[in-house]
Amino acid sequence: MSSTGITPVPFGRRLKRFMADRPLIPLVILLVILVVILQILRPGIVNERWIANTIKFAIPLAILAGCQTMTMLTGGIDLSVGTVATMSAFIMATQVVKQDPAVAFLLAMMPAVLIGLVNGIGVGVFRVHPLIMTLGTSLIGTGCLQVYQRTVIASGAKIPDFLAWLGTGVTYGFPNALLLFLPLAALIVFTLARTGFGRLLYAIGDNERATRLSGVQYWQVITALYVTSSVLAGITGLLYIGLIKAPSLSLAEPLVLPSVAAAVIGGTSIFGGRGGYTGTIIGALILTVLTTLLTILQMPEGARRILFGLIVLFVTAAYLRIVEER
Amino acid sequence: MSHFLRRQGWVVGLFALLIVLFIATRIIQPAYGSNDFGSLARAVLPYAFAVAAQTVVVIAGGIDLSVAAMMALTSVTAASMMNGASEEYALFVVPFVLAMGFALGALNGLLIVVTRVPDIVVTLAMLFVLQGAALLVLDAPGGGIAEWLKALISGTVPIPGLPDAIDAWVPKALLVLIVCLCIIWIPLRRSRLGLSLYAIGSSELAAFRSGVPVKRTRIIAYALSGLLAAFGGLALTMSTGIGAPIPGPYLLASVAAVVLGGVALGGGKGGLLGPIVAVFVLRLVRTDLTLLAIDPNVTAIIEGAIMVAVVMFGAFITMRGRQ
Repeated sequence: MSSTGITPVPFGRRLKRFMADRPLIPLVILLVILVVILQILRPGIVNERWIANTIKFAIPLAILAGCQTMTMLTGGIDLSVGTVATMSAFIMATQVVKQDPAVAFLLAMMPAVLIGLVNGIGVGVFRVHPLIMTLGTSLIGTGCLQVYQRTVIASGAKIPDFLAWLGTGVTYGFPNALLLFLPLAALIVFTLARTGFGRLLYAIGDNERATRLSGVQYWQVITALYVTSSVLAGITGLLYIGLIKAPSLSLAEPLVLPSVAAAVIGGTSIFGGRGGYTGTIIGALILTVLTTLLTILQMPEGARRILFGLIVLFVTAAYLRIVEER
Repeated sequence: MSHFLRRQGWVVGLFALLIVLFIATRIIQPAYGSNDFGSLARAVLPYAFAVAAQTVVVIAGGIDLSVAAMMALTSVTAASMMNGASEEYALFVVPFVLAMGFALGALNGLLIVVTRVPDIVVTLAMLFVLQGAALLVLDAPGGGIAEWLKALISGTVPIPGLPDAIDAWVPKALLVLIVCLCIIWIPLRRSRLGLSLYAIGSSELAAFRSGVPVKRTRIIAYALSGLLAAFGGLALTMSTGIGAPIPGPYLLASVAAVVLGGVALGGGKGGLLGPIVAVFVLRLVRTDLTLLAIDPNVTAIIEGAIMVAVVMFGAFITMRGRQ
């Protein structure tokens, strides 16, 4: 699996060191290569509008991948983000017909908080594996959404103008969604790198036992983490409905697998303790460009999923080799 | 010895729960008869195979997240190969699909052993891959199946010398399930390989030091899981007549039934009987909810909540055991 093992040892080792120390540089290079390939395949496709469009579609993915990054830092994963985003988007679109937008917003965020809380308690207190736990809550959430859908089927849905402006609008060549994303991304990066909470996430992922023995209330950190992750997913749902403009019961589901892949590509270890959000953002951009590329090559959805699976497997195996080397 | 008793006690308790549920079903719906039992057995069939697939891996100390995707892939493969083909062609399709499941399962195990990436990540990646492959085979539910395969699980088995009233309670689907599982499980359990499975699940290091080929056993465990999942995929196609590329909630159901069946998620403990009885329990709860005229969507929520609760309970017990 490790392609670096074939190259001569000194160079290979130096390359590994380099990859381990500065994971962002190879990622940016990969992104540039992908854009160049795109430009070669379809000359002239790369222009201002294309870039704005790519960023617009990468932002929801990047926020969801942020959820994965934070949970993966503790050695977990959050597969309920797709359902949570869909729920909040769907509830927002249907409630805003009758309610005040602020009330609709609060209603839309409620399931997100609830699911995050259940996830957190399941993982933090009962110590269920996060994967199973979040899969279970997403199943329950989808069921609730189906029941809810039948109660609002008569009233119809509409997309609030504000969300449509935020999701699709472009001002001076910059997508409006950046107004939401830039502060959010800055906050996540700051939280992970500079606050106590962020350090606790790294600590738990690195050595959970030691962290607990040094007096950290494990379940409180985990519960806070999963609630945060769910709320972020809920906000993504609102942004995504403004972008897609068609509420459905499987709106954000297709983003779940790519969000895991984006975090893994961005250098966050799925075993916890290593990684950061900057890499994840570039990972999300890479995946968005890759999706465009695959669409141009007319690759079917199935092949895309296979590719994402292989990427996750390959990158994880490669990172494992790099870590072992040190 | 006391441990053995406790383990059997768990299964006996489950059986008691199952009987209580049956009585409850009869109270809710006095007309509940052999026909309904037949359809329960048919509904259980794919779940039971999914659970068996998960059980083998969990006993060996791992987890297989790709069970549901594997079932989807084998199901669509069988359905698309048999679509419009002759009845005899199915005789070739069935072993082919089973072999495919076995090989893909072995690939799972091989990747875990070779890359040394944890099983949960490898099988998650394989979940993506298999799901994608299923979509490539059929991008929408469709395909067909040979009539004799459909007939294999519908109706009952006439047993000579027994009155029809009893005959009616032996649906073919149940018999197929029992025969398939016995053919695989009993020889396995009695063999050296079965012992090795329990050994690596119990303590990998201890097993390695006592000369158990850990890597080979692990690969075989995943291969068997793939084989059983392929059985599940076939059962899915047999009961619906088509193949669907998007898997049902079999993954969560399989983990929940494994936990409910008394197999520790850490590995090395439990048998196959408990999880299979647990599947019947979970399905019967669903039947009861339907009989109570509860909205099917609400049923899905309750079912999901029960499964999550069971998994939480199982994790809690495991944690207590460790302390």
